[in-house]
Formats: sequence, structure tokens, C-alpha cells
Amino acid sequence: MSRYLLVRLLQGIGLLVVVSAVIFLIVHSAPGGPEILNNPDVDPETAKAIARDLGLTDPIIVQYARWVGRAATGSLGRSYQHQVPVITLIRNRLPNTLLLAGTALGVALLVAIPLGVISAVRRYSALDYMATIGAFFGVSIPNFWLGIMLIVLFSVTLGWLPSAGMRTAGVETGLADLLRHLVMPAIVLSTFPLAQLMRYARSSMVEVLSQDYVRTAQAKGLSPRRVLGTHALRNALIPVVTVLGVVTPRLLSGAVITETIFAWPGLGRLAVDAAITRDYPVIMGLTMATAVLVIVSNLLTDVAYVALDPRISLR
Amino acid sequence: MAQQLTAAAPAAASAFRSRSNFTVFWGRFRRNRLAMGALGFLTVIHLVALAAHTLAPHDPTFLDLLDQFADPSREHPLGTDEAGRDVLSRLIVGARVSLLVGLLAMLVSVTVGSIVGSVAGFYGRAADGILMRLTDGMLTIPTFFLALLVLAVFGSSLSKVILVIGFTGWMVVARVVRAEVLRTLPQEFVLAARALGVSDARLLVRHVVPQASASVIVAATLGVAYAILTESALSYLGLGVQPPTPTWGNMLSGAQHYVWTRPQLAVYPGVLIMLCVLSYNVVGDALRDALDPRAGRARLA
Repeated sequence: MSRYLLVRLLQGIGLLVVVSAVIFLIVHSAPGGPEILNNPDVDPETAKAIARDLGLTDPIIVQYARWVGRAATGSLGRSYQHQVPVITLIRNRLPNTLLLAGTALGVALLVAIPLGVISAVRRYSALDYMATIGAFFGVSIPNFWLGIMLIVLFSVTLGWLPSAGMRTAGVETGLADLLRHLVMPAIVLSTFPLAQLMRYARSSMVEVLSQDYVRTAQAKGLSPRRVLGTHALRNALIPVVTVLGVVTPRLLSGAVITETIFAWPGLGRLAVDAAITRDYPVIMGLTMATAVLVIVSNLLTDVAYVALDPRISLR
Repeated sequence: MAQQLTAAAPAAASAFRSRSNFTVFWGRFRRNRLAMGALGFLTVIHLVALAAHTLAPHDPTFLDLLDQFADPSREHPLGTDEAGRDVLSRLIVGARVSLLVGLLAMLVSVTVGSIVGSVAGFYGRAADGILMRLTDGMLTIPTFFLALLVLAVFGSSLSKVILVIGFTGWMVVARVVRAEVLRTLPQEFVLAARALGVSDARLLVRHVVPQASASVIVAATLGVAYAILTESALSYLGLGVQPPTPTWGNMLSGAQHYVWTRPQLAVYPGVLIMLCVLSYNVVGDALRDALDPRAGRARLA
């Protein structure tokens, strides 16, 4: 186990180096440089001085080496736009994104797996058809459009839910207020993974149900609950866990859009702003944060695998 | 027993001849009513897109600031938008642009994916190791963020949007092609072609890769759905196809500022995006069922 973790740690570091080099190269080859240098209020001489100060006039290899050197000591530089350390920006916003993405994933799992299992057990029933067609809609609906439509319905027409932000300004910040702000973004972000996980859970369960060991379990007179819960479900979940590894990057991509629609103060919105204003240190910092999140979630996926399937062991 | 076999063989052979692969496939596909509906919708919307400039009653980029947010009328069947442009014309021409991006981006994905997959499968060893690591890596990064970053850094245009979506969506095709190549390589007709001294490139292009066509068609159909969805999301953020060219995505981007007063402007393009993506997904799924003989047997069982 410890040997496995060591290998994964080294692989993770290797991935971070490759990803950071690629993104650094892409970002720093931007024609025109960061937006702060293109501000019409700054005269060209000052802009040149700023660029020199920031080290942007050095060869790209030197710049990258300097970035790696700083990153190794835990410093990701200062944001050009916000004038605060990137670490601070990320630390302030990461919990908000984790709250949103975690809620969305939780909702998706809690709905998708039972629904997929019931659909598989009652195959070709009305519920199965509805769930299957619903899942098609779920993977096809543009999430930003769903967000806009929810705002039209629940904020504009009914006035039930706030359309933007995380907390109501001036109001006592309570849990209820936070939850009211969380409802719509969480629905929007969970739609795609919910539909995808449901489809996988259903097809996986259908396959497992036709296996001999399920028939054996039924034949020896176990209650349907035990056949499903103990024998079928556990095996059916193994492929579903694989999909989880693909769902995490999609959740982070979805967070970019969802946070933009609902003005949710998380990493996704920061990413859009940083990309548009070419805030190099923030882009690099977010790339690293995202890569770490993906690596950690892949690790958790592997651990979940082992927990579900005794045939697999971590080596 | 032997008699039965000899008697059955010619009948089976003639049945096989009279029912070509396509007929078998079409017979299976036709039974899926949802997919037939989706195919019908896609046919109509593509015909509309092809004839967009003839069908559109007005110039979709014509600004009329005196006629903003007009209600539906004979002149403007769906009214006008925030700049007084005819909404129906913009939806029709937008279909052309959105579908063009979807189809071309899919072609890029299929080309890149087929090359990566066939090279990895055919040459194996180091090439396979490196290319499949790359594929897995691309599958585990948030590709939408990458697409957004590249377009923000290098500026956006129609061709860049197509390329960026194509180059972030090839991984499924690569895996599918690789699997099919690995399945095909040990077969006798490949050995025969090799024995005739056919070059590697020709062997791949003429004999091996065509074996993967069924799976690639399925992946490509689903790929169009992904590309249309991604284009609309990028355009919504202002990083996709740039105005004045109308696409369903950038129409939504404009409409979202007026949802409090004119929500209908956001409804039309969104419904069209959803129906197109849904139809491509449904058709892709039905193709998979109809093309995969194993799926047929599983259903019988």
C-alpha cells in the first residue's frame, strides 16, 4: 500500500510538471501579453518597465524555471489584476467550488444510482422509459441554458430563489441563506453527471442481473433485497466507479460555466476572468489546483475500486 | 443431422445474400421510434441550415435600433432582439454556423483520433504506451478549461473554435480505433495483404481502419453532439464564434442580459441546441444498438 502511494505520488508530480510546462508555454505565447500591459491608460514606457519588473522580457525557459523554483517553495506569485498572492485567491475561493461541486456530485450519486438500479430491475417499465429519456435530456441540455431557464422560472417569475451570489448582502449570513443560493447552481452542475451516472448504473446493473451468480443467489432462495443489495449492486457499482474518474474533470469544467451564470465566487469564475485578462500567475495557479484535484480524485477512485472489488489490489 | 445441415446451408446463404448488411442494420434501426423521430428532426434542421440564406426572411445582421424587442408580427414572426435584428433569421442562419462547427469539429476529432488510435494499435510498444498515456491524460483533464484558455489567449475565430473543439474531443475515437485495430491485426486477410508486400500505410488505410468504421460512426455521431454543446458554451462565455456571425450560443449570450424582461429570446436558441444535441445523442445510441450484433443477442436473451 505505501509503495503504491509512493508510485502514485511520483506519477502525480510528473503529471504536474508536464501539465505546468504545457500550459506555461501556451499562456506565455499569447500575442500582446497580459491585459495590464495593454491598458490604454498606461503609457508604453511604463508598460515596458512593468513587463521588465514582472520578468516577462526574459527568455521563456528562464521564466518557467523561475516559476518552478517559486512553486516548489509554495509560492505561486501575485495576481496581475487583483494584486494579491495567487495562493490567497485560491484559498479564498476553493472552499466555495468544493461546496458546489461536492453538493452536485452528492446529489448526482444519490439520485443516479438508485434510479439506475430500479430502472434495470424494472426494465421496460414506464419508470424505466421515463428515466432513460430523462437521462438523454440530461446529457443534452446545455447547462448554461438550463441555468438561465431556472433563473427565469425561480427568480424572475416566482421570486423564490436568488439568481446570483452566495450570500445576501446585509442579511444575517445563515445556513438557510447559503442553501437558498446553492439550490440552482447545484441542480445545474449535477444534471450532466447525474444523467451519465444513471445510464452507466442502469446498463451495468442490467448486465450483472443476467450473470450466473445472481441466478444462483435467487435459486438458493435469498430474498430479492439480499440478491440485489449484496450480490448484484456491489458488482454493478464497479464500472460506475470507473466513470467517476471521468466525471470529476467534467464537474470542474461545468463549474466554470455554472459559477459564471450564478456569479458563484469560486475557482471557475476566477478561471474565466484570468483567461480573458491573461492573468498569467492566476492561470498557472488554477491549472495546478485543478491538476491536484484531478489527481486526488483519481486516487480516491482507485481506493473505491479496491473497497468494492476484492479481486483488485493496490500495488 | 448431416442432411439437415446441407439442406439448411443454401437457404441460409440465400437469405444472407438477399439481406445485405445495410438492410439488416436499417431493419434494426427503423424499429427504434425515438431514433427515427430524431433522424427526421436532424434531416429537417440540416436542410434548413443548407438553405439558410434563401430561407431567412431578413439579413440576420441587419441592425434596426428603432425596432428593438419587437413583438412577433407578420414582418418578424418571432420578433426582434436587443439590436432590432430579426430573431427567426438569426435562428436559421445560426443553425448553419452551429451545425457547421459541430460537423467540422467532429471531422477533426475523428481524423486525429483515427490517426492516434491506429498508430498506437498498429505499432504497439513505445508508440502505444506514449499515445495511450496522452489519451488517458487528455481524458482526465478538464478539456473545456483548456479550450477556453487557448481561445482566450490566441483570440477566437470560426476556424480556431472548430480546431480547438476538434483537438479536445478525439480521445474516445482514438480508444475505439485502437481496440478495433488490435482485434483486426491477427486476422488472415491482414496476413494475406502483408504477404503481398503491401506497405504499412496502405495496409492501415485500406484494410485495417475500415474495419473500425461502424464504431467510428457511432463515436462520430456522439461527437457532433459534444461539439455543438461545447461551441454553444464557449460562445456563451464570449470566447466562441464572434458576433456579428450568429450562432445559437452567442444568441444566448446576448439574450441572457434581458432574461428579466424578454425571457423568450433565451428560450428559442436554447431549445434548438438541446433538440439538436439530443437528436444526435439518440441517433448515436441507436446506431450503436443497430450496428453491434452483440446488443441484438443481449436483447433476445
